[in-house]
Amino acid sequence: MKLLTSPAPHIRTADSTADVMLDVLIALSPAVAAATYFFGLQAFILSIAGMISAELIEFFIMRVLRKDKNFVPNGSAAVTGLLLALNVSVATPWWVLLIGVLFAIAIVKHAFGGLGQNIFNPALAARIFLLVSFPTAMTTWYPPIGKFFGTYADIQTTATPLAVLKLEGFNSAMQKFTYTDLLFGNIGGCIGETSALLLIIGFLYLVLRGRIKIVIPATYLGTVFAISSIMYLVNPEKFGTPLFHLLAGGMMLGALFMATDMVTSPMTLKGQAIFGVGCGLITMLIRYFGGYPEGVSLSILLMNAFVPIIDRYTQPKIFGRRKS
Amino acid sequence: MKSKLGEFTKGIIKDNPTYVQVLGMCPTLATTTSAKNGFGMGLAATAVLVMSNIVISAIRKTVPEKIRIPIFITVIATFVTIVDLVMHAYTYSLWKTLGLFIPLIVVNCIIMGRAEAYASKHGVFDSLLDGLGMGVGFTLSLTILGSVRELLGNGTIFDIPVWGKAFNVFAMILPPGAYLTLGLFAALFAAIGISKGERAKKKAQQAQKVGEQK
Repeated sequence: MKLLTSPAPHIRTADSTADVMLDVLIALSPAVAAATYFFGLQAFILSIAGMISAELIEFFIMRVLRKDKNFVPNGSAAVTGLLLALNVSVATPWWVLLIGVLFAIAIVKHAFGGLGQNIFNPALAARIFLLVSFPTAMTTWYPPIGKFFGTYADIQTTATPLAVLKLEGFNSAMQKFTYTDLLFGNIGGCIGETSALLLIIGFLYLVLRGRIKIVIPATYLGTVFAISSIMYLVNPEKFGTPLFHLLAGGMMLGALFMATDMVTSPMTLKGQAIFGVGCGLITMLIRYFGGYPEGVSLSILLMNAFVPIIDRYTQPKIFGRRKS
Repeated sequence: MKSKLGEFTKGIIKDNPTYVQVLGMCPTLATTTSAKNGFGMGLAATAVLVMSNIVISAIRKTVPEKIRIPIFITVIATFVTIVDLVMHAYTYSLWKTLGLFIPLIVVNCIIMGRAEAYASKHGVFDSLLDGLGMGVGFTLSLTILGSVRELLGNGTIFDIPVWGKAFNVFAMILPPGAYLTLGLFAALFAAIGISKGERAKKKAQQAQKVGEQK
């Protein structure tokens, strides 16, 4: 009898990358709907533009620069483009978004080897690149007023809840925003980050489909909750309540959709827990003591850099071998 | 004569110190925030490189093998001090912007590398050409790097407005921009090298085929 040996993996799932990415896009659609409702048609246009331009850039890179004749778009670039679009202010000019998408796909993703090879989350790295390059466009926030058509040029800018907390203290933040506003997204901020509720709904869809690493959001949000509880007891006026920190800013978008990126997060459950706790710690450090009011994207990027070493030290024991 | 010319031109593209040999990264990344700074840094390093190459080549037979590095450094440091003082006297504003990076030319790996790998083994005239070629290559690289970063980050080249404030990617004149631009240029030079190698290979194969047919 002839026996064949082959290296792992031996069992393959029928799901393709495109199936997974389609599910992520479906899960993000409530957030896009909320963005369109609160910030108008411009938010919808930015989201679609982000997706299409990302796919086009990736198609060009794969077919022309990397000479892959069989490349078929698989939606992973669209997810990156959409996440980046959800991470900008509604008043961001289209060409700023385009530069961000170009940076995300060409530099962060393909310069490191393409799908599955990138160290950093492309959307987040591009967001930080834009934040550094275009500080005015990236930190000018507009209030959600249900103005559906037209530009925001004639509307007075607003501050995000976290900026109010940092500059004026918690009481002032609570006078301007209620918890209901924070939950539903009736606040200023990036177009996709404001509605915590709809992000959670999208996340639950991914959990039901078995597409997402649930340990990371759990440990991330758990760490944020624990730290902010302690700090709330220390100085409530300065540090704010745990619920406020969970709902405000990019916490939900970051913890549910960015930190859980399959490529840039650890493989083992233990590693994912370390990753989530690290993200939570750094986020709260930046929120409490850093120069920026919000630290979600920076914290996830920093922890992305630790993923290789986390994976290395949380390797599961090989079955049948003793501990050395 | 052709080989002498080769000593000069190899530093510009084939053995470009910045993009191919990836030497002297500290001043490359730090001083290329504008085309002018990059150009000034390149010229200063070139002056030191040419003079130190000449002197080191001239004294190469009397230098004891075991203490050659301290002697090279002393020679280089002498010329760096001269350049430093000259720049302080005649190009004060550039001297001020480059600051610490002028004294740091002493430990620039291109200059040390050329002294160790070339000048200590070759004649004075060859070493002069080598130093000049490497220096020109370094200056060109830094000027290009500085121009691209200044253009994208500030909308100007050599302080001449191209599109001015209309389109400024501010990150390009910050440290990340230096790494990005450098990486992209290194990739470009690598791509040129690879395609050249492939073409040479094809030519050799064709020549072989022709030879077989004959």
